[in-house]
Amino acid sequence: MNYIEHVGKYFSMLRQVLRKPQKWSVFRDSLFREIQDLGINSVGIVAFISFFVGGVVVIQTALNLENPLIPKYLIGYASRESLILEFSPTLLSIILAGKVGSFISSSIGTMRVTEQIDALEVMGVNSLNYLVLPKIIATVLFYPFLITISIFLGIVGGYVAGNITNLVLSADYVSGIRYDFDPFHITYSLIKTAVFAFVIATIPSYHGYFVKGGAIEVGRSSTKAVVWTSVVIIFLNYILTQLLLGK
Amino acid sequence: MIELSNLHKSFDGASVLKGINTTFEKGKTNLIIGQSGSGKTVLLKCMLGLFTPDKGDICYDNRHYSKMSIKGKRNLRKEMGMLFQGSALFDSLNVENNVMFPLKMFTNNPYNAMLDRVNTVLKRVNLENVNHKYPAELSGGMQKRVALARAIVMNPKYLFCDEPNSGLDPKTAIVIDNLIQEITKEFDIITVINSHDMNSVMEIGEKIIFLKDGIKAWEGNNKEILRTTNEAVSDFVYSSELLKKVRKAYL
Ligand SMILES: Nc1ncnc2c1ncn2[C@@H]1O[C@H](COP(=O)(O)OP(=O)(O)O)[C@@H](O)[C@H]1O
Ligand SMILES: [Mg+2]
Repeated sequence: MNYIEHVGKYFSMLRQVLRKPQKWSVFRDSLFREIQDLGINSVGIVAFISFFVGGVVVIQTALNLENPLIPKYLIGYASRESLILEFSPTLLSIILAGKVGSFISSSIGTMRVTEQIDALEVMGVNSLNYLVLPKIIATVLFYPFLITISIFLGIVGGYVAGNITNLVLSADYVSGIRYDFDPFHITYSLIKTAVFAFVIATIPSYHGYFVKGGAIEVGRSSTKAVVWTSVVIIFLNYILTQLLLGK
Repeated sequence: MIELSNLHKSFDGASVLKGINTTFEKGKTNLIIGQSGSGKTVLLKCMLGLFTPDKGDICYDNRHYSKMSIKGKRNLRKEMGMLFQGSALFDSLNVENNVMFPLKMFTNNPYNAMLDRVNTVLKRVNLENVNHKYPAELSGGMQKRVALARAIVMNPKYLFCDEPNSGLDPKTAIVIDNLIQEITKEFDIITVINSHDMNSVMEIGEKIIFLKDGIKAWEGNNKEILRTTNEAVSDFVYSSELLKKVRKAYL
């Protein structure tokens, strides 16, 4: 199959997915389970990465701004901007594409090859709607929240690193964090995150759902899912930045 | 009665079913037999609506599949139960929730009524005190029984079983076969079973069709199959030396 066919099949899959759930009570149960599996289970890794990368960003920025004419508060400012604009929404989405994407495609793929999806269809269940819709809602609702935590912890990590290394004074760092704050950058970041969340839920579902064969193919499909999810995120990042921030 | 007329199905140009005509009757265990790869699963999945036939029709008690709307097909599926070859239990749900799943999805019964129904069918397949176990914690035979319980929980009119005793020891296999036959009689349903197991053929073959090279090569019952002169069937049925000796003794 060529790329165009895959894109067509992906969108026709979405047509089945984006429908009213057949039974609200069943949907609600799945939604809670997905929020747990796809969201809450990633809070730890997101917090860990954000805290330390925040620290590294501050150290790197400080080391590169050695010119005495540049005020120190700019270190805080530059770190805040890179966390809000790129690091938290884009980089963490790529990390989640790896962690959550492989989980989604291998779990749906296993359901396919063990005929669990056929079993759903035989019962009269719209299997795409039942399996994928709760994942979309869970990630699109939860990831903006996750990214907000990430931005916050990144900034805290930067503060701690700046203090430990003495590269930037607390007062300078804090005033940098508050300097020239544009709330739209947060909006931009959360919009990006929601779009990436949709991609993280749907592209791996596509790869898992249409898998044919056995365990090896399930493994392959989950590798493909991660690669394609990351590629699409990087590409959409460019488009969204152009659309939302480009003049 | 389920009637198949001139049913064709191919995949990427390779034809698997080349015009099947037959009927499956109510209150009987109908068997589809044939070598591995002969198209038994494909035929069953056509009857379930998981595959769309390329040509021909399937008629369920005077309702023609080819004339049904998508909604009509979905409603028809609610009258069907299916026991998959690998059981196909949902691994993320425990036994109770696996069996309760169709009830939760398609009825508005209160929880206690659903639980009663689940316990009734679990008891019917001789499973008790496993409600809170997960599929991975059960033996193959128990998984099959849970899957059978899930298949009958909605009181289906049609029950389909894909090699219900593959992967089971002969004794457990006969238990499952007999259970399926008892349920068929008890609820007076149409049961269609794929099998390549000679024990099943002898035990529960009330009607047997033999598939070979995409066509129905023979049709009869478990009494007739012992005496048949059709070579393809007897080659298949008496594939081992032991069975050849048994046949000699029988004739
Ligand atoms: N989804 C499919 N796509 C392509 N070919 C298939 C598919 N399902 C079954 N086949 C082919 O149909 C033939 C019959 O398979 P099957 O019905 O599974 O045999 P069995 O009698 O062992 O159940 C096999 O050659 C198989 O390769
Ligand atoms: Mg088969």
